[in-house]
Amino acid sequence: MTAAPTTNVPPNRGSAAARTRIQNIVLTTVTYLIAIAFLFPLVWMMMAAFKTEAQAFAAPPVFAFTPILDNFQRALPSYFPALLNSLTAAVGSTILAFLLGLPAAFALAVYPTKRAQNTLTWMLSTKMMPAVGVIVPLFLLYKNLGLLDTRTGLILMYTTMNLPLVVWMMHSYMTEIPYAIYEAAKIDGATVSQEFFRIALPLSMPGVSATALLCLIFAWNEVFFALNLTTSDAAPLSVYIGSFKTSMGLFWAQLSAAATLTVLPVLIFGWVAQRQLVRGLSLGAVK
Amino acid sequence: MQSISQRYSFKRSLTLALSLGTAALLSAASAASTITIATVNNPDMVTMQGLTGEFNKKYPDITVKWVVLPENELRQKITLDVASGAGSFDVATVGAYEVPIWAKNGWLDPLTPLFAKNAALAKSYNLSDLLPSVRTALTLKGNLYAVPFYAESSMTFYNKALFQKAGVTMPAQPTWQQIQGFAAKIHNPSAGVYGICMRGLPGWGENMAVFTTMVNTFGGRWFDNDWKAQLNSPAWKTALNFYVDTLTKYGPPGATSNGFTENLTLMSQGKCGMWIDATVAAGFLSDPGSSKIVNTVGFANAPVGPGTPRGNNWFWSWNLAIPKSSKQEDAAFKFITWATSKEYIALVAKAKGTWASVPPGTRTSTYSNANYKKAAGAFSSLVLKSINEADVTKATKDPVPYTGIQFVAIPEFQALGTQVGQYIAGALSGQSTVDQALKQAQDAANKVAKDGGYQK
Amino acid sequence: MTVAQNLTATSPPAPRQRFRFTPAALIWPAMLYLILTTQVPFFMTLYYSLFRYNLVDPTNRPFVGLGNYISLLTDPQNLRIVLNTLVLAGGTLAVTLILGGSLAMLLNRNFPGRALLRTLMISSFLVMPIVTAVVWKNMLLNPVFGFFSWVVSSLGGVPVDWLAQYPMASVIAMIAWEWTPFAMLILLTGLQSLPEDQLEAVRLDGASPWQEFRYVVMPHWTQAIQVVVLMETIALLQVYGEIYGSTSGGPGVATTNLPYFIYQKAFAEYNIGLASAAGVLTVILTNVLAVYLLRMINRTLAHNKGD
Repeated sequence: MTAAPTTNVPPNRGSAAARTRIQNIVLTTVTYLIAIAFLFPLVWMMMAAFKTEAQAFAAPPVFAFTPILDNFQRALPSYFPALLNSLTAAVGSTILAFLLGLPAAFALAVYPTKRAQNTLTWMLSTKMMPAVGVIVPLFLLYKNLGLLDTRTGLILMYTTMNLPLVVWMMHSYMTEIPYAIYEAAKIDGATVSQEFFRIALPLSMPGVSATALLCLIFAWNEVFFALNLTTSDAAPLSVYIGSFKTSMGLFWAQLSAAATLTVLPVLIFGWVAQRQLVRGLSLGAVK
Repeated sequence: MQSISQRYSFKRSLTLALSLGTAALLSAASAASTITIATVNNPDMVTMQGLTGEFNKKYPDITVKWVVLPENELRQKITLDVASGAGSFDVATVGAYEVPIWAKNGWLDPLTPLFAKNAALAKSYNLSDLLPSVRTALTLKGNLYAVPFYAESSMTFYNKALFQKAGVTMPAQPTWQQIQGFAAKIHNPSAGVYGICMRGLPGWGENMAVFTTMVNTFGGRWFDNDWKAQLNSPAWKTALNFYVDTLTKYGPPGATSNGFTENLTLMSQGKCGMWIDATVAAGFLSDPGSSKIVNTVGFANAPVGPGTPRGNNWFWSWNLAIPKSSKQEDAAFKFITWATSKEYIALVAKAKGTWASVPPGTRTSTYSNANYKKAAGAFSSLVLKSINEADVTKATKDPVPYTGIQFVAIPEFQALGTQVGQYIAGALSGQSTVDQALKQAQDAANKVAKDGGYQK
Repeated sequence: MTVAQNLTATSPPAPRQRFRFTPAALIWPAMLYLILTTQVPFFMTLYYSLFRYNLVDPTNRPFVGLGNYISLLTDPQNLRIVLNTLVLAGGTLAVTLILGGSLAMLLNRNFPGRALLRTLMISSFLVMPIVTAVVWKNMLLNPVFGFFSWVVSSLGGVPVDWLAQYPMASVIAMIAWEWTPFAMLILLTGLQSLPEDQLEAVRLDGASPWQEFRYVVMPHWTQAIQVVVLMETIALLQVYGEIYGSTSGGPGVATTNLPYFIYQKAFAEYNIGLASAAGVLTVILTNVLAVYLLRMINRTLAHNKGD
């Protein structure tokens, strides 16, 4: 693997320096090429959103075209209710998962016992059931509890989906906090809640933002529960996108416009939060 | 002090709650019912959604909420809902295959009593205007359970320009043998032109729809009168060999990923010499907005095979029905009779600016309408003929214990058809041989007939 | 779970003397919530798995005992589905680790536009799976209109029907596209916390890039790799949307994995009894697999680390 870090290499003499420079240029070019390849599908989709249907599936592909907004005109009216539902479900479930998960993660991290390990394992194992395997019982439960097609219902389900993640990730961040800090607080007579609010929480804040970002992404992109547990009032963007897919007729440009609208908020959010995420991850789950 | 303020606020909130409750009751009393309509995301249904305003002009007190999804998602969602009686939908879009099965399960409201109750509506709706074959398909034991939104059959589409170039002409009633011959002459993959496009995407409503019509007209059937599976019969074998041979030699690459949409894309871009598929495609291929072959597209009957002229073209309809679990039966009835009426069809023509894009295949009056004949002349008579001839009770050479042309109208068929569809696709992609595929298919069909208690 | 044990091992498990809240009181709300929302449906699933239960045949619902399990375990085709599940998850995991690791190292260098690239690189992780599937199937992999086939034929080759000829590889490529940024990001954060002087030291000792990677980077990555493996294993064993949107499990059963198999039983056949039994078996299988796999990886990595 020649891709080993080559930064801050001390300036060597003559040809060695030149070789390093050439190597650097090559590696940078390779990096850019890979990045372009990775971004291409997304860019291609977004381009299709501004094409006519005929241009969207033309062969050979159309690169130069007059962008049109027709696709967005059809996609926009039903967009905002779905956007609101997606935001509510994603944010609501993330908050609830943290309210439930943070204390548990704290307790499991600061008072590790054999049973704590088992608890953690069990919590993770609840994520192993394929959603489709439990959808019929869930549907019947939701029907009887009046939760079908409600935002509350979605929030409850996404909390279940993300809670093990919150506990597991936050647990690993909190175990990273040097034990001596707790010791010192204990000597000062701090209570458990003080330990939590004054030490564990502030010190694992980067972890909180990283975990929250993941929770929001997973909830935003969830399709299966959304499709089966909501119909119209609470339908989020993942259901909205489905209404642009059809087994009849031509739909690529239309679907691309709807997909662009669906992906854009989480993309922008992800880009902005990315720095935070890198910092958070580097402090916690990864030493 | 504290307790007084608490009591005060309690009292106040109680008053508030009471007044709110009264307001709710009052508004409920002044009518305004809301109905939720679940429908397929096909262009004709999207048009219906767009005309909601027109419906409200006629029935201002009914609020309409829409759930529009792709076919598969919609089918699974409605089935789960009606099977559990959740009652999320007041109007459901149900396929021709499901109507008799769901009616038998008691999941749908019979419409005959509702027509009897609303004499004025029944008169203007005029049930006898519905095409007889369509009406028969939606009737179980004398009761109508759904009204047709549009109906379709299958036919042959061809590209006249490519035919001319290859020096061949399409007869009005081609045989499969002729089709293969034409395909061989037209096929020119290096120029991006393929002789024939057909569905290869596995699914009971995808490759099995077109392949079952082939089996029918090659003289085969799914089951004999004792529900013994017939998938290893010579007719199936000849049909499958023919299908695999034709598509691998003269079809586009990736045929096993091609369903209706993919083939429509290919055909409309002038990449296929021929395409055998649903009659509704005629409208799309004649639409200059997305089709490049508007001026060169030709229409012919679905091909017949060596076995029998029966069952060579399928019958399908999308229908509107009222689930038993709906609490808004009256409002729902008003909607389904509006959306399948003669006046709705005229409304679509007005809104779309052309009679060519009205929902086809449901009413005799549509086909006797001079405007429609003029706008859709190129294919309208062919479509009407195909639908009229598509007899769901006589689709095979030899007698069968089931109804349906491109499907077997039993609840288990959806699963069986899709499973067999996978085996057929396996043979098409070369993952298995024709004999292996048919052996697997035969076993699966026999298992279904045994488990379902059909075989004695 | 071994990862958890490994992580907690960093803080001494000293028993605490004084606290007002018992740890249990902090843990129970989360536990209770998960028990209610996952175990209730799970036991209902367990119950349904003992019946012949077809959604569209409501009148006929007899108790069949272990019948559904027996018919699942005796059908030789189902072994293929289990294997597909493992190949799909394992293949994707391997690709994302290798690609993500290489990218992490490439992005850990100083070059113009590095911050921008790093930001943009996470994009594909944020895309909804169903969108990924539709875009890849129609706009990239389609043998006639797809971008890839255009590239191949303008280079003079014959367009490839990716989804029919290389179905599993195509699906893996698609899912790896989604998950590589995740692996890249986590491995990158691992690299960034690698002390620079450590690298300097080995370089002065005249270590080759491979030795540098093998003895400095790799041991440091142990935990990052654990995070990637655990998170991805859980997610990849559940892949469903990408298959649904692209190959529908085909051709034949070439890309049918367990979740998609259950989906077919439940919603293409409405066979809730069989789907429930398959769900129960999947839970068991996934749990065993996850524990075993992680233990194995841990051991390998611990061995690596052990100088």
